Amino acid sequence: MNLRVVDNKATHTPHKRNPGYPLDLDWVERVRMNRSALERRAGSIGARRTVKKDYQLAWLLKAITLIDLTTLNSDDTEGRVERLCAKARHPLRQDILDRLDVGNLRILPGAVCVYHPFVKTAVNALEGTGIPVAAVSTAFPHGLAPIETKLKEIEYSVADGAKEIDIVIERGMVLRGDWQALYDQVKAFRKACGDAHIKTILGTGELATQTNIAKASLVCMLAGADFIKTSTGKEKVNANLVTSLTMIRMIRWFAEETGIEIGYKPAGGIAHTKDALNYMALMKEELGTHWLQPHLFRFGASSLLTDIERQLEHGLTGHYSADYRQPMV
Amino acid sequence: MNKIAQIFQSLDYGPAPEGPEQANAWLDSHSRKFGHFIDGVWTKPGKTFSSDNPANGESLAQISDGTAEDVNAAVKAARAAFKPWSALSGYERGKYLYAIARAIQKHSRLFAVLETMDNGKPIRESRDVDIPLVARHFYHHAGWAQHLAREFPDAVPYGVCGQIIPWNFPLLMLAWKIAPALAAGNTVVLKPAEFTSLTALLFAEICERVGLPRGVVNIVTGEGDTGAAIVNHPDIDKIAFTGSTEVGKIIRAATAGTGKGLSLELGGKSPYLVFEDADIDSAIEGLVDAIWFNQGQVCCAGSRLLVQESIEERFITKLKTRMASLRVGDPLDKSIDIGALVAPVQVERIRDLMKKGVAEGAEVYEPDGQLPARGCFLKPALVTKVSPANTLVAEEVFGPVLVAMSFRTPEEAVALANNTKYGLAATIWSENINLALDIAPKIKAGVVWINGTNNFDAAVGFGGYKESGFGREGGREGMSSYLKPAWEKDLKPAPVAKAVAAKPANPLDASHLDQTAKMYIGGKQARPDSGYSRPVLGPKGDLIGEVGDGNRKDIRNAVEAARAALGWSTTAAHSRAQILYFLAENLDYRRDEFAARIKAQTGEDGAKEVALSVERLFAFAGWADKYDGAVHNPPLRAVAAAMVEPLGVMGIVAPAALPLLGSVALIAPALAMGNTVVLVPSSQSPLSMTDLYQVMETSDVPAGVVNIVTGDSVALAKTLAEHDGVDALWFAGSADASTMVEKASITNLKQTWTSRGLNYDLSDRRFEGDYFLAKATQVKNVWIPYGA
Repeated sequence: MNLRVVDNKATHTPHKRNPGYPLDLDWVERVRMNRSALERRAGSIGARRTVKKDYQLAWLLKAITLIDLTTLNSDDTEGRVERLCAKARHPLRQDILDRLDVGNLRILPGAVCVYHPFVKTAVNALEGTGIPVAAVSTAFPHGLAPIETKLKEIEYSVADGAKEIDIVIERGMVLRGDWQALYDQVKAFRKACGDAHIKTILGTGELATQTNIAKASLVCMLAGADFIKTSTGKEKVNANLVTSLTMIRMIRWFAEETGIEIGYKPAGGIAHTKDALNYMALMKEELGTHWLQPHLFRFGASSLLTDIERQLEHGLTGHYSADYRQPMV
Repeated sequence: MNKIAQIFQSLDYGPAPEGPEQANAWLDSHSRKFGHFIDGVWTKPGKTFSSDNPANGESLAQISDGTAEDVNAAVKAARAAFKPWSALSGYERGKYLYAIARAIQKHSRLFAVLETMDNGKPIRESRDVDIPLVARHFYHHAGWAQHLAREFPDAVPYGVCGQIIPWNFPLLMLAWKIAPALAAGNTVVLKPAEFTSLTALLFAEICERVGLPRGVVNIVTGEGDTGAAIVNHPDIDKIAFTGSTEVGKIIRAATAGTGKGLSLELGGKSPYLVFEDADIDSAIEGLVDAIWFNQGQVCCAGSRLLVQESIEERFITKLKTRMASLRVGDPLDKSIDIGALVAPVQVERIRDLMKKGVAEGAEVYEPDGQLPARGCFLKPALVTKVSPANTLVAEEVFGPVLVAMSFRTPEEAVALANNTKYGLAATIWSENINLALDIAPKIKAGVVWINGTNNFDAAVGFGGYKESGFGREGGREGMSSYLKPAWEKDLKPAPVAKAVAAKPANPLDASHLDQTAKMYIGGKQARPDSGYSRPVLGPKGDLIGEVGDGNRKDIRNAVEAARAALGWSTTAAHSRAQILYFLAENLDYRRDEFAARIKAQTGEDGAKEVALSVERLFAFAGWADKYDGAVHNPPLRAVAAAMVEPLGVMGIVAPAALPLLGSVALIAPALAMGNTVVLVPSSQSPLSMTDLYQVMETSDVPAGVVNIVTGDSVALAKTLAEHDGVDALWFAGSADASTMVEKASITNLKQTWTSRGLNYDLSDRRFEGDYFLAKATQVKNVWIPYGA
């Protein structure tokens, strides 16, 4: 029985990169976000949409391809990064892949995300896989360094082979409502990135209101962001579904006005399969199935992968797996 | 490609069915055939009908069609149980309610699955909305039971309550009916809707298992005839009904003159206002909760979209996009937004209404796609190109059909919102709190949701204005619907006023010169339309004056004037108080004259009555700024402001006795609360009130706030009762005339109070307080969620 009233219209137009637009302060001022209503929608998505059995297994495989496998710790070393990259090369145990009979699908994470000093290490470790390396940049996680330093940092990472740059915005600009400054800075970052894609981390946990988050999202998109991303993972509040709804509705609005599709990346604290499935359902509902592709959606996460592996194994065997049975991320 | 690889590409949701096994096991344990639950035992099934699963047409069980004898037995059991049940301490009754709440939570999934199978609503709704609200309702009322004596000190339960509930929220409506009734100490005979009896029967089993005393809850299943047997049963003290306005009117007429308590929760065509400064995406998502919740089979469904012109095009485009991702199908599937309608007859009804609307020029948008091959399914529909005259705008569709219109200004939004006979709920979307809180009081509806929709809570009253019914469910207002003043049962018949025979004399010879008292309409003295006068006789039959002989047209004019004066309701309570105080002061200044007039008309000592009248005006002047609302704290980051609002235009037909106080005691509370009044003073002794309009003129009472039509009380009461521009009618008079008034009130379901020939002694100080204040007001609950 076909339960859907409407099938998804699969629109397979080639992705067009955001060219950037002039700062439209009138648009910024038209933004309205009602927190309670956003919470109601976000809070019910997990109950409105669920996937079971084969559908869940397929969604979880897709989820793996959407992960930016990440290590962003002060004690990171080359060895640590190499281990992460090794996991990226083989995100799933071979026996699981075999039993799922999906060897022909390309199940690899969306990117590996590291600090600048490890870009080269990661690029080398991932050679031949096609997995891009993302570098967090611009004085991550606080963003409070001289603009020249920040631009240089981007340039160095790009020179080292990073294909994606996750920049952080200065939260103070948002809190002060200095949209021009934010716009100018992100635009400069975008220019410095060149062909590398730019993800703008808003630090949503420090932006105080959903309206601020929405406006900051818009300004970043106008300035040329390819992705907007919630958090560094270092704020007290990380990604959540409410903030995500705010940001993806701005993405939708931006697409309605410009025709340009911007990617979304929630990051920090997404550790469980159920969380991942809820995010995916929210994306599918609000933006369409089309958005559930690595060039438009990423999870900033690492332990999530282990949980997905356990869930996949459970789906195959009917018994619960333990984390130590999955090769460590 | 294997299946997983295929899904990896399509990312479809796939089926996610909730298992029906336990619900089926419960049905099997009753051999899928049910009797009634009367006096704590299950009767043998009688003549039965089938209860079907609307999602697939399969029969779930056979349900007994209750007969008059069944109803009789149930009422008898409830009557027998009433005394011991009401004699229990509130704490003891509360413990039973608590036990029921616990039991419902324990078996919540069984209830949810059974509800979905029987009704067709998505399991997500029965699981996440209906059943949790049911448990919450019993928990909340467990508390009321215990605090009753303190909170309602002079109130007693009605006795046996007959309760008739609809099929759209079968168990939730049962909870809304049974929890407050039991908390107050009533016993009940409840009839579930014929389409959806199963969860009520499961509930009966819960009552059995928690050891609820037998006879306290009786469930009689059946169809319309069973309901009629309950409504007409002479030993039932109160009827509570939720359902269509059409049936509500039949019940109002059937109970007229019986003295039965009555609360009606009826239909709606609730407006959904979206202003240009709203969070538009959230407002669209709100519409999903408003009109596609429970397939739109919700009495308070936001079914009339009113969107500001400046954003209309964008809004409608976005809405259509949103509609396309709604999933329609098997209600037991966890990822379904729209399940099955309750029965084939409803699907047909809705299709017919749609055809009619389209024939009248409406345009219908429905998303593409297939509906399930069988079962009662409809696509979500958006109807545009309509005006208020279109059938689909005027009539309650009770289905997944949204009509959309636009407005230009806040004022026009309010006018369109109120352009309906209904007044159940309204939704307002605006990020400007000034605008939202300006609009909320202007919409004639019992519930207003700001930036949200379809919020419900046991602590927050729910119920309608206008033809959406009267009485409230939930909160303090809901409790008071199941209680009445203890003294009412001791009322004796009113002494019948002796008709005095006029002394044979030429009627043209008035005893004084200038006693051609006029009527008072719109702040002006008015001659009667009829051109006739009525003599006013003294106690010995001597002609002491004349008044105009009012007729239908005078009432019409008076109601027009009263409607035009409704700005009184938004006059500050302090100002209303000042005017009432001033009126009292000026009356007191002329007390001797008024006393003499009373004496002339009745032969009684008038000084006492004047003094009491002044005191009564003082009392209600004092109440004007004190009888006010409350702020509730529902389990949501929101405040729900319970606003006490006037009813509007009130017709007041004063008793024959007490020519001054009889009118003053009734108009004072009405005026204090902001109503405007069309008063018919004592037919026999109208001169005190025609004298009073001169005092009003000197007391700053605005024109049209009080209008006085003299004449035959009963004839004028009938015109008032039938007038759709009159929102409420109080009538003091005989039992027969009271019945007439209540029967005639059904045209617009105005709220009535009648004395039914009983001796309501208005000089008693018990009438200085909330007895009439409550009847002069209705509570509007405004939900205001917040959060930066």
